[in-house]
Amino acid sequence: MNDALAIDVRGMTKRFGSLVAVDHIDLQVRQGEIHGFLGPNGSGKTTFIRMLCGLLKPDDGHGICLDHNVITQSEAIKRQVGYMTQRFSFWEDLSIRENLDFIGRMYGIAHRRQAVHDAMRRLGLENRQHQLAGSLSGGWKQRLALAACMIHRPRLLLLDEPTAGVDPVARREFWDEIHALAEEGLTFLITTHYMDEAERCHRLAFIAAGRMLTRGSLDEVVADSKLVTWAVNGPDLQKLIAPLQRQPGVEQATVFGNSLHVSGINPSEVYRAITPYQRKPYFWRQVEPSLEDVFVHLMTRKAVPQ
Amino acid sequence: MRRDRLTFGMMIGIPLLQLIIFGYAINSDPKHLPTAVLLADDGPHVRTILSAMKNSGYFDLTLLASSETQARQLLARGQVQFVISIPPDFTRDLLRGDRPTVLVEADASDPAATSNALAAMKTIMNGSLRADLKGPTASLNASDGPIHLAVHGLYNPEAITQYNIIPGLMGVVLTMTMVMITSVAITRESERGTMENLLAMPTRPLEVLIGKIIPYTLVGYVQMGLILLAAYFIFDVYVTGSYLLLLAISLPFICANLGVGITFSTIARNQLQALQMSFFFFLPSLLLSGFMFPFRGMPQWAQTIGQMLPLTHYLRVVRGITLKASGLGDIVFELWPIGVFLVLSLAVGVARYRRTLD
Ligand SMILES: Nc1ncnc2c1ncn2[C@@H]1O[C@H](COP(=O)(O)OP(=O)(O)OP(=O)(O)O)[C@@H](O)[C@H]1O
Ligand SMILES: [Mg+2]
Repeated sequence: MNDALAIDVRGMTKRFGSLVAVDHIDLQVRQGEIHGFLGPNGSGKTTFIRMLCGLLKPDDGHGICLDHNVITQSEAIKRQVGYMTQRFSFWEDLSIRENLDFIGRMYGIAHRRQAVHDAMRRLGLENRQHQLAGSLSGGWKQRLALAACMIHRPRLLLLDEPTAGVDPVARREFWDEIHALAEEGLTFLITTHYMDEAERCHRLAFIAAGRMLTRGSLDEVVADSKLVTWAVNGPDLQKLIAPLQRQPGVEQATVFGNSLHVSGINPSEVYRAITPYQRKPYFWRQVEPSLEDVFVHLMTRKAVPQ
Repeated sequence: MRRDRLTFGMMIGIPLLQLIIFGYAINSDPKHLPTAVLLADDGPHVRTILSAMKNSGYFDLTLLASSETQARQLLARGQVQFVISIPPDFTRDLLRGDRPTVLVEADASDPAATSNALAAMKTIMNGSLRADLKGPTASLNASDGPIHLAVHGLYNPEAITQYNIIPGLMGVVLTMTMVMITSVAITRESERGTMENLLAMPTRPLEVLIGKIIPYTLVGYVQMGLILLAAYFIFDVYVTGSYLLLLAISLPFICANLGVGITFSTIARNQLQALQMSFFFFLPSLLLSGFMFPFRGMPQWAQTIGQMLPLTHYLRVVRGITLKASGLGDIVFELWPIGVFLVLSLAVGVARYRRTLD
């Protein structure tokens, strides 16, 4: 990872009628970085990514993407960007190989056969190369999509929920692959709703309702949230949830496996809330909030204006 | 249904369109057919005959031809439906009771357009002279009438309907498939999301369009080939003119229809809508172009609409080449309306064709 920026855009805005889908978002992504892009459904992630690769015209904003002006030079940007759409968008009546070959031709790449072959091998698609794309299962469709958006050796990959519906083993392999590619200098901007994936990103941006809420590394985002979380172990934790949630200062009380996480912004209020239960058989300890705690915290704060 | 206004509009619009076309535009008894006369004699009896023809409503005497060649050319180009030749010494022969021959040459490529007028012609001509021939000449009115009428149906002498329908079918099939296939296929591209993928690639929209147009053009030619083969082997309809010319002038026609298809695809939000719009275009093309019903039988407003449709002109060209052995010179004036339509439809289609998703 070096300090050169692959993406440096400011004030990106997109309106659909009266709806402001993306509202003055700034984003900087360093080269070789894996940047997570999080936000609830309908927060504007897809819209933002589409503006980056010239699929939508921004209503406002300016900046640089891979050394090109993001407003005026989208043709040049497209050549160096691989975009994986959220929805499967390949030709269902073509086979895997034909799809890849067609895309290779659209990019006008040299040594197309070899490139198609490499792409298929990298994602384990060789055995199914003659299967029609329309008949693939969800996970295999995702792999095809990933193979397709890397076929022209882009410098930046914009992946919109690339692992939705992919099994855990394949997801693990996929992320290992992404880290390996980032090591070689590729830059990634990835949207996801999986927190474990978000934790594997170098840095994160969190948007809601088109606005940037927080940005930074995992630790920074967690620290920034100023969230305090206590975990409790013991029997019948379910019974604690309702009374705890009624206490002032408790934002969340959620069970994670064998423990219950109680979080809030104000340390003394949270402490006061759990005091009545600090007795046997409950065992309390303060923990680092998980990214999910932070995510939910940011979202509930959005919903209830301060 | 409430959300899909276009579908709703079409469900009202299509029956309305049919109602108007079938109710008002179609007339199976075509009148006011343009007629040229070649006069080698212009005595008073000739004038009587001509004015009676005019008064019958079937014939509009639009032109006085100066020579046999000119008259033939008018017919070949479809500018007139009939040429009536009055022979020299007509008046003398008439009064002598020699029953002079009046030659009527008809463009019979569409039997439906001429049959009624021809059937009426004999009565009109002989009847008109009845008032003229009085007193000593009244005997000429006897039995067969004072003149002899010779009718030559040119281009399709046996009045076989297939000769007219099958070449025309080529234009109809091309219109239907070209407009429908392109509009539905491109709409499907956006519906399935593959358009998003295409647009994210560094291809120019024009390249994508051309990539789509070329295969469809080939499909169009395959269709033409099939129809021509079937026409030849099954229906005995063969092209009297140049195959090469036929194939060449089909290109602008096919592209004009592709342009319409592209334009529709930029408006339609799903494949069903694209199909409905294609149908909305196809219906007047089929009914007002002169394919189903004689063009000259329609009222003026319907003819004006028909003139704007490329199929109308293409039909004339195809019928000209297959039945009349027309050369380029005979059809140029039908080509430019197709050309204008081509330029307009492609311009609108390409301009509206999206470069972005919004
Ligand atoms: N073409 C469009 N026309 C009108 N509104 C749109 C359009 N595309 C997106 N929107 C609206 O913009 C907002 C942001 O949508 P977007 O798809 O960017 O969200 P997202 O963050 O990608 O959501 P998800 O996590 O569900 O994929 C939504 O409210 C959506 O309804
Ligand atoms: Mg999205």
